[in-house]
Parts: sequence; C-alpha cells; structure tokens
Amino acid sequence: MTRTAPSLGKDLVGLERLEPDQISTILDTAEPFKEISERRIKKVPVLRGKTIVNLFFEPSTRTRVSFEFAEKRLSADTVNISSSGSSVVKGETLVDTARNLEAMKIDMVVMRHGSSGAASFLADRIPSSVVNAGDGGHEHPTQALLDMLTIRDTLGRISGIKVCLVGDILHSRVARSNIFGLLKLGAEVAVCGPRTLLPRGVEELGVSVFGRIEDAIEWADVLNVLRLQFERMKAGYVPSLREYNRVWGVSSARLDAAPKDLVILHPGPMNRGVEIDSDVADGPHSVILNQVTNGVAIRMAVLYLLAGGVPEAAEAAKGGGES
Amino acid sequence: MSRSMIIKGGRVVDPGQGIDGTYDVLLDETGIIEVAGGIDAPEDAVEIDASGLIVTPGLIDVHVHLREPGEEHKETIETGAHAAAAGGFTAICAMPNTDPPIDDPATVGFVKAQGERVGATRVYPVGAISVGLEGTQLAEVGEMVQAGAVAITDDGHPVMDSGLMRMALEYSQAFGIPVADHPEDLGLSGEGVMNESLVSTRLGLRGKPNASEDIHIVRDLLLAEFTGGRLHLQHISTTYGVEAIRQAKARGVRVTAEATPHHLLLTDEAVDGFRTDAKMNPPLRSAKDRAAVQEGLADGTLDTIATDHAPHHYDEKEQAFDDAPFGIVGLETSLGLILTHVVGKGIIDLPTMVDRMSRAPAEAFGLPGGSLTPGSVADVTIIDPAVEWTIDRELFCSKSRNQPFDAWELRGRARCTIVGGRIVFERN
Repeated sequence: MTRTAPSLGKDLVGLERLEPDQISTILDTAEPFKEISERRIKKVPVLRGKTIVNLFFEPSTRTRVSFEFAEKRLSADTVNISSSGSSVVKGETLVDTARNLEAMKIDMVVMRHGSSGAASFLADRIPSSVVNAGDGGHEHPTQALLDMLTIRDTLGRISGIKVCLVGDILHSRVARSNIFGLLKLGAEVAVCGPRTLLPRGVEELGVSVFGRIEDAIEWADVLNVLRLQFERMKAGYVPSLREYNRVWGVSSARLDAAPKDLVILHPGPMNRGVEIDSDVADGPHSVILNQVTNGVAIRMAVLYLLAGGVPEAAEAAKGGGES
Repeated sequence: MSRSMIIKGGRVVDPGQGIDGTYDVLLDETGIIEVAGGIDAPEDAVEIDASGLIVTPGLIDVHVHLREPGEEHKETIETGAHAAAAGGFTAICAMPNTDPPIDDPATVGFVKAQGERVGATRVYPVGAISVGLEGTQLAEVGEMVQAGAVAITDDGHPVMDSGLMRMALEYSQAFGIPVADHPEDLGLSGEGVMNESLVSTRLGLRGKPNASEDIHIVRDLLLAEFTGGRLHLQHISTTYGVEAIRQAKARGVRVTAEATPHHLLLTDEAVDGFRTDAKMNPPLRSAKDRAAVQEGLADGTLDTIATDHAPHHYDEKEQAFDDAPFGIVGLETSLGLILTHVVGKGIIDLPTMVDRMSRAPAEAFGLPGGSLTPGSVADVTIIDPAVEWTIDRELFCSKSRNQPFDAWELRGRARCTIVGGRIVFERN
C-alpha cells in the first residue's frame, strides 16, 4: 500500500469533523507506540525539542497524567498549568492565557476546559496545535479513540460491532466523541439511560435508544458505562444514586442473563456500586485497565501526527525494540 | 414660525392612511402639514428630492438596550441614538436593565434628558416592572410614567411570579401603558445557552426548549385576558407561541407582540462553530419556528418588528460560548435585512413592513408618530430601496459590533432620517 494516510491538520478538536480514514490512521499509528511503554527505558526522541503545555481548567488526574506520560515518553518538554493557583482564577481570559503561552513559543497545547467549544475557540486563535482533552459537554476525542482501539484489540474490528453507551449521555463529551467516531468506523451505536439524561434529538445522530438496561445488554456486544456524577442527583436528573444503580446499574446478574458475553468499558473514574458493580468492573470481561494502557499509546500517536509525523514512519521513528 | 421642509416626488407609504403613491410631503418642526401631489411649498422651504426613494412615517423600534447608565463601554444613549438614526429609526424605546436599572422616576428622567440632549432619534424610557428588576415588588409605575416612561418591563428577566405579573397588568391600566414581558420559564430554560435541538446535542451545549417560552406566553395571555391589561410580548421565537397569540387575539385579548430580524432570518444552525455572535435570548430556533414567526408577522399576529438591539463589548463575546453574554446589535442592520430578506422574498409587502416598523409600534406603545396625517409629529424616514451595500461591523455608529450578519449583501437602507422636522441623519 503506497497511499499516504491523511493528515490530521493542525489540531485535534473532535471526531465529528474527522474523516473515517483519519480516525483509522490514529488507531493504526497507536499500534507501534504501545510497545514503547513496555520497555525498560520508556523514552524515544520523536518530540525532542518540542514544548507542550497541558492547560487544565478543570480538575483531571487520569487524562492529564496519561497525556503527560505520552509527552514524556516522546521526549517533549512539558509544562502543566491547572486552574487552581494560576492566573486563570485571577480573571485572565482564555484569549489572554493563550496569547501569553504563545508568546513563550510553544508547539502544542493540550487543553481541558469546562465550556463546550473552548478547544476550537483556542485552535482558531493560536498557531500552535491544540489537542482537546475535553471541552464541556462537547467532545473528548482521545478518550473515544482509546475506547475504539480497545474495542478493536478485543474484538478484532469495529465495523459491525454493537456498542451501547450507558448513563449520562446528556452531559457527556465521552459519549459524543464515541458516537461520532464509532459511527464513522461502521459500528452500530445505541445509548441507554434515564430519559432525563438523554439529549434531545440523539436518535437523529443515528443511534438507537434503550430505556431499559436489560434491553441494551441483550442487544449489545460492548457496553461503555459512563460515570454518573453526583451533581446530577442534586440537580434532579435522577432521584438517588441507589435508585440509579437498581434501575440502570450494570451488574453481573444482568450480564449473566445476556445471550452472549459482553465487553465492558468504562472511561473512569468509576463510581463502584452506582453505574457499575465491582464484580463487573473487576470481572473477566472488563477491559477497563486496557483502556488506560491504550490511552497513553493513543495520545502518543495524536501528538506524533500533529507534530507532522508520518504514520508509515512511526515504527522507524520510535527506534528498534529493545532486545 | 419654523422653516418648512418639502420632500418631493417620493413613493409615500403610510399604511395608517392607506397611502401608497407618488406624493410630496410638507412639514415643519411642529408637525406634518400636508401629503399631496404637486404641493406649492413656501419659497424658503428646504427641498429634498425623493424621486426613486420611499418616504414613510419614521420607523420605531420598541426594544433597544442602550446600556446607559452603568455599561457605557458597550453603548451610550448618544451612540445608540445615532446608530438608530443611521438605521432609519426616528424613535426607540430604551429597556430598563441598566446599572442601576431604570426603576424609579429619577432614572427615567435621566434617560429621557440624555436622549433630548443628544437630539438625534427620540429616546423613550421604559421603566422596570419590579424594583431592581428582582421580580418581587412592583416599582413606582405611576411616578415613572409621569417622568416619561412609556411602558414597563423587566426585560432580560422574565416576570416569573404570576402574582406580580397580574399586579402589573392591573395596576398599569390607570396609566394607559403596556406591560412588556420577556417570556421565558427559567425553570425550564435552566442553564441553557441555545435552542434545545439536534444542534445543541451535537455541540454539547445546554438547551432552552421551546416549551420554556411557550408556557410563559400562555401564562401571560391568560393573565392579560383575566385582568384586561395591555400586554406586549417581546421577541417571539416559537411556533406554538405565535399560534397562542393568534388565538388570544381572536378572543379579544389586548396583546401585541414582536418579531426580531434575527428570528425572522436565522435558525439555530447559525450557532454551529460555537459562534457567540449568534448567541441571544430567546435563542435562534428551528426552520419550522422561523417560518411560523414569518407567518405571524405577515398575518399581523406579530405586530411589530423590533431589534432587541443588545450591545456587548467585543471582549465579552470573545469567550467560550457558555461564558459569552446573550444578545446582538440590530439598529443599523434591521431595515436592510427586512427589505432584502423579508420584503424582497415576498414574505410581506412594503406597506406591511411600514406598518410593522412604524404604525404598529407607535400604537402598541402609545407613541407619537407612526403616521403622516397632518398634525402628526414630523418624523419621517426616507429609504433608498435600490442601493446595494454590505454589512461591515467596523462602520457601525454603535459602540458595539456583535451580530452574525457581517458581510451579508443587502439591497435598500435609510437615506435620510428626519425627527421633529430636522434632519438627524443623511447618507449620500
């Protein structure tokens, strides 16, 4: 195959605007990068001399750490800025923060922000590459990419696989990125949860809707179980976490009643005993920790491609495997 | 005796008198003197050649935010009044959600005096319904009317307390003014920042459903019917809202209502790309809703075209969508947009446009003008219907630039704006 894989462009803001080819390229590029994390010396010089700022306006441990590992294993210089203690809380605008960083001559910004559209806002205003690490309820593209890589690893393909997203679809950027990405790669997608947490018109995106978790389990090959945030209960979307668990919780009893074994994903952090029971999370069909491992490889692939890396050269770029 | 003015040979459109033809208009500072063919004007009269132009009673916008006092970085009464004159408006009504709000006679008097000092478009203050716009205690309506308020509203905020709204509709009757309401049930619209629709779902933005507006419209109509008060419903954007008003009018409820240029022309698709210049409240809605607003304007269910001119500093719109304020400016684009895309597309004809932008708003708010009958105020708008121009925010008289129509190519705009027999704006 001599065809050149499509470039990602300057930024990764979301999966909605990507072509299926571009998504496949990221997944394929992540494959050779997986191995780096298995080495004794987990570092290759692919992004040596590049400066990356991790700009987190919302608290995040797992996504930030995953990006930081990816950056460090590619030898980039990284700076972390989180909202507490930075000038962000002193009233500086997003535009000014971005311009100040830009003035210090950086190459990339990885940003998490509480407002939908913040990533494209930043991407439109600075020449550096912007990687969206989650913007409000809009998109979280690297999470969906690592979810898709994990599904492909486990089931061998994505096309034709039935994936059901369970829980708070309304507020979930993970759900949106998964819906856009999975549909582009030919999966069948459904959502399941209380109607209060399903966004209006979600069916028009091309997904099926299940009101009952039992029906979703009967239909699906894969469940991607989303975190139910405690604030949703306070805001009245669900009456109580206990009731949520009773009605929509993914339990082994429910999974045992299914006609086939399901693959269980969860983007974390989990509320054990709320959206997912411990015996499912820790059970044989859970690939939740594989997701975490794949997260680093996916983020390495995204950073590599945005920095101008050629997918075909990824194997060579990372150097030979350790003997 | 003041010097008179004769506007010769224009197409005079005055729907209040059923006039649509080529006439001369003679006026002076005291008022309109005559509309007829071949008028012999006094020798010293100022003569304006209006051949090829349209001459109408001065346009009136009953829904404008001038931001003074308190937010003069966005707009002042002076810049707003000049923007209005440039847009062809001879009178505008200033909303009370300033800082401090226009909720007492002193502030009403201040706004009125500032408008008179500027001496461009007439500025009519609208007082608050409730003290501090807080929605609890009725403001001093009678005192504010004495000081010059022409209506009351808590615009920006809906009156959520039905008991207070009832009170306002009853109490205001002594003063012959309308009670204007921004219809929105806050419990339903919650933290929404755009229309609740497929677009909000795709963008991951929180939505305001049509029902949040519909429920409040229906409540207000029931209260107007029950109290006999005069209700004015602001910026109607929903299909059901238009239908509810249509039915209420058929029952004889005393209600008038507005359509904005943006709800007549745009849908929520304009928000795509997180464009904060398309963020306003009520939000842009579906194509079906837009068609309903157009139909409501055409059949008179929606009486007036009003801009909801809402200036914001560019820094304030230069933020993530959630963080940017609601609202767009409209005074300098309204007439051109309506001529090109509403009249030009055959949704309404020119006399109907003049009705919705002059006669009806004057009637709804009890303002002078809206007609060229002899003795009326000498407020006239002269429109060039053929001039082609492109919206360029950098050329606005308004202090603010926020609106989604930049680079739209239009046909028709105001050539000359006359207030009280004096030219307050002229464009060559």
